[in-house]
Amino acid sequence: MPVTSAEIVRDGLWDNNVGLVQLLGLCPLLAVSNTVVNGLGLGLATMFVLLLSNTTVSLIRPLLRPEIRIVVFVLVIASLVTSVELLMNAHFHDLYESLGIFIPLIVTNCAIISRAEAFASRQPVGRAALDGLMTGIGFAAVLVTLGALRELLGRGSLFVHAQMIFGDGAQALTLQLFDRGFLLAVLPPGAFIGLGLLIAVKNVIDGRRARKVSPAILQPKAQAG
Amino acid sequence: MVMHSPDRQDNRGPWTSAVILGGLALLAAGLLALTERYARPKIIENQRAVVLRSLNEVMPVDTYDNNLLDDFTTVVDIELLGTSEPVTVYRARRNGEPAGVVMNPVAPNGYGGPIRLLVGINSDGTIAGVRVIEHRETPRLGGDDIEIEKSSWITSFNDRSLTNPETEGWAVKKDGGVYDQFTGATITPRAIVQAVHNALLYYDANSERLFNQE
Repeated sequence: MPVTSAEIVRDGLWDNNVGLVQLLGLCPLLAVSNTVVNGLGLGLATMFVLLLSNTTVSLIRPLLRPEIRIVVFVLVIASLVTSVELLMNAHFHDLYESLGIFIPLIVTNCAIISRAEAFASRQPVGRAALDGLMTGIGFAAVLVTLGALRELLGRGSLFVHAQMIFGDGAQALTLQLFDRGFLLAVLPPGAFIGLGLLIAVKNVIDGRRARKVSPAILQPKAQAG
Repeated sequence: MVMHSPDRQDNRGPWTSAVILGGLALLAAGLLALTERYARPKIIENQRAVVLRSLNEVMPVDTYDNNLLDDFTTVVDIELLGTSEPVTVYRARRNGEPAGVVMNPVAPNGYGGPIRLLVGINSDGTIAGVRVIEHRETPRLGGDDIEIEKSSWITSFNDRSLTNPETEGWAVKKDGGVYDQFTGATITPRAIVQAVHNALLYYDANSERLFNQE
């Protein structure tokens, strides 16, 4: 378990990334990552829920007894997701329509309950909130990256429907780089292949890094404590 | 490491758990009720805006001055409107006089099942616009050609009427009509052409009643 704030940040964003390392929440990750805007929309919604659920769980942790713990997590997460769903329906209606069933399905994203159980229920509120935020950003980043990859290859565009998040006038953000894309990329198998490639890239980067720092590992890490 | 402090709590009875859970459930219900109360009016407004936007695609906003969304009636005609469900007819008026109608008939004989349409008809019997709002046609085999985002085919109905062309012209070119079919897909455009024609026939026979019916 990470101890310092820096470690919480690095864990959520990279070392223990929900999408690339823990492979939690694959269902929305693969289903909604067909465009940047869809990925960003669901990523932000999930991040928001994670931040709030971690904060809430940490706040009520004195009340958490073992026999009701999981029920309380589900209650907290389900009511937060429903609230977020209502608010998105009210303020980002087009995005809401475009994400459809995947907004209520945030409830079933195991990343959220796993952070509540493994971290937030045992940590003070500030650290729990930071962890929720960082885990959420890490997940959103994977969604956006995968969305960009698939949208670019599959449709030859980027930021299609940007107005759904950024309001009217944001259509100018949409880039059409070439016309007919590679259809496989926008279909579900393309999501699996894309995610596999992202994981591979991360592993390569981690491997290079480990080789670079390996001499340092030999030295005692006493100064870290 | 900060952990649970179980020894402090666990010697209390099950009622404590029940009370805690009940209390939290009440709080959650309260949160949801408040959010719902805040969001509901905005959601309704959004939904109305979405419907109005699609109505205005087939009935230009400058052709009427009434509140289109609230001026509607429902009718049933399996033969001409293609469905046994009630079909909503929105009535556009200008200075109180009929300006046209928007209705959502169904083309029941699409290749992949029923095709739901939105048809705007001016009071003089000409088509103001047609859109496909729901279909299960095969993409790239007709399915793309009927969507306004991907093809302008659906606008070939604009300004048509029962006399332009005459009845035998209301068919795809392959059947001797005036409308284009698509490569490898004749069933889809045939179904839509027929449904639009039927909608015109229905309007022609019922226009008086449509505008007066409650």
